[in-house]
Amino acid sequence: MTTASSSRTIRNQTAIVGVGATPYYRRGGSVPQTLDELVGKAILEALRDSGLTARDVDGFAYFSGGFDTGYLMETLGIPEVRFTASLTGTGGGSAGSIGLGAAAIVAGMADVVVCVGANQQASQRFGAITSAYPATPGNAFFGATGLVGPGHIFALLARRHMHLYGTTRDHFAEVAISARSNAVTNPEARMRTPLTREEYFAAPMLADPHCLFDFCLETDGAVAVVLTSAERARDLCQPPVSVLASTHGGTRDWGRSIYWMNMPDKVFASSGHASVAARLYAEAGVGPADVDCAQFYDHFTSQVIMQIEDYGFCERGEGGPFVADGNIRIDGALPINTDGGQLSAGYVWGMTHVREAVQQLRGDACNQVRDAQVALVTGGPSNLPVSGLILGRG
Amino acid sequence: MDERIARHPPALGGRIVTDAWTAPFWEAAAMRELVLPCCAACGTYRMPPTPFCPNCHSQSIDWMRHAGAAVLYSYTIVDRVLIDGMEGSLPYVPAVVEFPDAQGIRLITNIVDCRIGALRVDAPVELTWIEPVPGTVLPAFTLSREKE
Repeated sequence: MTTASSSRTIRNQTAIVGVGATPYYRRGGSVPQTLDELVGKAILEALRDSGLTARDVDGFAYFSGGFDTGYLMETLGIPEVRFTASLTGTGGGSAGSIGLGAAAIVAGMADVVVCVGANQQASQRFGAITSAYPATPGNAFFGATGLVGPGHIFALLARRHMHLYGTTRDHFAEVAISARSNAVTNPEARMRTPLTREEYFAAPMLADPHCLFDFCLETDGAVAVVLTSAERARDLCQPPVSVLASTHGGTRDWGRSIYWMNMPDKVFASSGHASVAARLYAEAGVGPADVDCAQFYDHFTSQVIMQIEDYGFCERGEGGPFVADGNIRIDGALPINTDGGQLSAGYVWGMTHVREAVQQLRGDACNQVRDAQVALVTGGPSNLPVSGLILGRG
Repeated sequence: MDERIARHPPALGGRIVTDAWTAPFWEAAAMRELVLPCCAACGTYRMPPTPFCPNCHSQSIDWMRHAGAAVLYSYTIVDRVLIDGMEGSLPYVPAVVEFPDAQGIRLITNIVDCRIGALRVDAPVELTWIEPVPGTVLPAFTLSREKE
């Protein structure tokens, strides 16, 4: 990092002061509510949680295209906004949107920023979203091959990881079973019956080596968080959760990744997070050993294993044995996706992970990690940007 | 051993959309000829074709005819209907193949007309052509005969 970083950092200058969420609905189950309505409900809940009101909001920081700020202001009665911006890309920006909001606050461009993610899959299921992309010159190079969804495309990375490092379907199974085990004790999770190894291996192979349980859920829902300055956070309702660092981006070696497939071999069988992870730890001033729980973007079990490697919890290629040793369980060395994750609790473009990290650091999570002080959150391995976030007990 | 034969992918994509940089690839494909873009200034291959050479920024491309000898870099076996139109094509095998004699650039493609149980990462594959949508010819690959 540059020597100027001490004066040019967001570290500990902002805090998450409110979280709000709608229920996690089965795909299509949120109708007749509209998507904007779900977003509004999550925002109002997050504001109630914080003790702030809609009149205090003056910024929005989005990812994945975001929402119509003017419409939200109109319906929620937000008088004036000074900052409204979005990261590029898709779910890869979920954790990074917090950094975008924090940057605006530190720069004096806003005081109270809302970050929100939401999806409603009544008309288009995400499992087959790739097949719904309009024909373009760029996607001509993968669109005709029958790679109908992200889980099909990421299966190509998964098989390469298996080939290079000996990763097995048993390793993927452990990620799925561990997530389910956490969901069983989360009243808000969608999947609340334990998953056995037998059930995992009996499940249909959607895109070998990915079976049904390697895919995340297809959920409707919205999650919002409210972010403000560390100073203002001290006077609000909840114990503040400090933003230690949030980074996004990635390297050219990853680039469009799943739509490109020309990544160098080591990068191909990864989550593309290595550079974002290195900057995240440097900015936060903590390392992997300091992380008490991690909320990894678990759209696919194989990508959880690759993120564990990219975030330095084990050597590259050792992610499979790392999970097999029980490390990611709630009582393991690195409890992950403690709410059940996107695999078993609900999928809201990665924002459920921000919510769960905040709950853990407030000490009121459904599966509380004892004395959790530092939480890692990641945003979806996909085309750039990918992102990371480290939060600390305030 | 999975004795099933890898089928051709479903006709989901419709017609191929091109631009000035990708059209030569698809125009050659329509004539069942594989061409790969190679920078005319510095000799760096790139795939898919883009407006600039990432190495030297030249915009000149030599479209190199390629015989289609490749290596199976990775693959997935799709054996479950997710959307309409997939029913008649299962199982099919989307794949990434690598061209060792073209600086290791890769193509996203399909493996077809060979036994699924015989597929192995790093297996040699050879070029064939498929036409899942009548009038749209796509490059595909099959396991090299001597390896089966």
